[in-house]
Amino acid sequence: MTDPGANPCDFSGSKLVCVRGGRVVFANLEFGLSAGDALVLLGPNGSGKSSLLRLMAGLLKPFSGALAWQGQPVVENPEGHAHRTHYVGHHDAIKPVLSVAENLRFWARLHEPEAVAAGRRVENALDRFGLSHLAAIPGKMLSAGQKRRTNLARLLAAPSPLWLLDEPTTALDRKSIKVLETVMAEHRAEGGMVVLSTHADVDLPGARELHLDGFAPSEELAEMFL
Amino acid sequence: MNRFAEIVRRDIRLALRQGSDSIMVVTFFVLTVVLFPFGIGPEANILERVAPGVLLVTALLASMLSLDRLFQADYEDGSLELLVLTPTPLEVVVAAKVVAHWLTTGLPLLAAAPILAVLLNLNGDGFSTLMLTMLIGTPVLSLIGAIGAALVLGARRGGVLLSLLILPLYVPVLIFSVGAIDAAVQGLATKSHLLILGGMLVAALALAPWAASAALRQALE
Repeated sequence: MTDPGANPCDFSGSKLVCVRGGRVVFANLEFGLSAGDALVLLGPNGSGKSSLLRLMAGLLKPFSGALAWQGQPVVENPEGHAHRTHYVGHHDAIKPVLSVAENLRFWARLHEPEAVAAGRRVENALDRFGLSHLAAIPGKMLSAGQKRRTNLARLLAAPSPLWLLDEPTTALDRKSIKVLETVMAEHRAEGGMVVLSTHADVDLPGARELHLDGFAPSEELAEMFL
Repeated sequence: MNRFAEIVRRDIRLALRQGSDSIMVVTFFVLTVVLFPFGIGPEANILERVAPGVLLVTALLASMLSLDRLFQADYEDGSLELLVLTPTPLEVVVAAKVVAHWLTTGLPLLAAAPILAVLLNLNGDGFSTLMLTMLIGTPVLSLIGAIGAALVLGARRGGVLLSLLILPLYVPVLIFSVGAIDAAVQGLATKSHLLILGGMLVAALALAPWAASAALRQALE
């Protein structure tokens, strides 16, 4: 397909069109990410930030256009793509009857069975997000912010280069946002990539911005898909 | 394979901690079967005649009761999205969830069946065949049920819709299970019935995870 040399980006999308419920959300969207990059998705409600993140994660299929990882189309290897991606969506996927540590350990082992079993990654992840003292508490006792932190701890509990974060700061206090910013900076310093949508101020030095309202379809294009 | 075991372990742990689903299924099975002697009278030979049908229809309804929770809870709390994004084919995830569902509902039904068979005066030959047909039949119910449970995700009153979708597909399992037990009670060969049931299990094993995965992907679009 594409020559890897011609495309310097590790993760890229070209000519992406997203159609939701018969409506064109965005069209001809292009992006490219290299190691250490961060991309902030901006735009009003309904401009397609979540749709783009779900599309990048592989939960949605693009209407047309393609995603590529190091020049290889993502659709050719969906499992490989899932392995190198962490997706944090609107729901926290915390089971009420499992403890914080059990919840986290399950997702981490599912993502990377060997690496998680070998190290103390789960304990470290809990520690970073200030959850160590809650490790044995069942999920149903957690506040919204604590649930969100448990969900974010997945990022550290199992390694993956590409982080797709859909409004990760929701319900987080100022201190936890700082932790998240530090964690993202370290991840990028190690060559990881972050794509993030947000309405709050998140400090991501050197991050590029993608304004989704710029990709809203023109009138004739929107009619083409009807 | 690690991931498969991990999902089975997690779902069993969830079922044990919540407890209600497995207990509800078995209680429903026992109570409903116990109603029949009250409804049709305590005459031993009549009970013996209807025993296979009563036991299997009730087991089938009981196993259906727990199906709407198979994917629904994961769908609501966002776990399903992450399960779909597990770096393993979705079919493996579905198969693991079905195995856990069978272990937490099919197996308890199997354990309760002998006591109820005695209650309905089923004779010795029918007894062992009943256990055998349930051993082959209940996994088929879980497998076919998974397709229905995945299809009704996100629908309101999904439980009712699920029974409309799934019950017709359970009919072949019912026919051949009851056929096998009836044959055993009358002292005839049961092998052909059991082989057909086994064939259904193999076919469901191959097709159901695949069909349910397709439905799950659709539900998350």
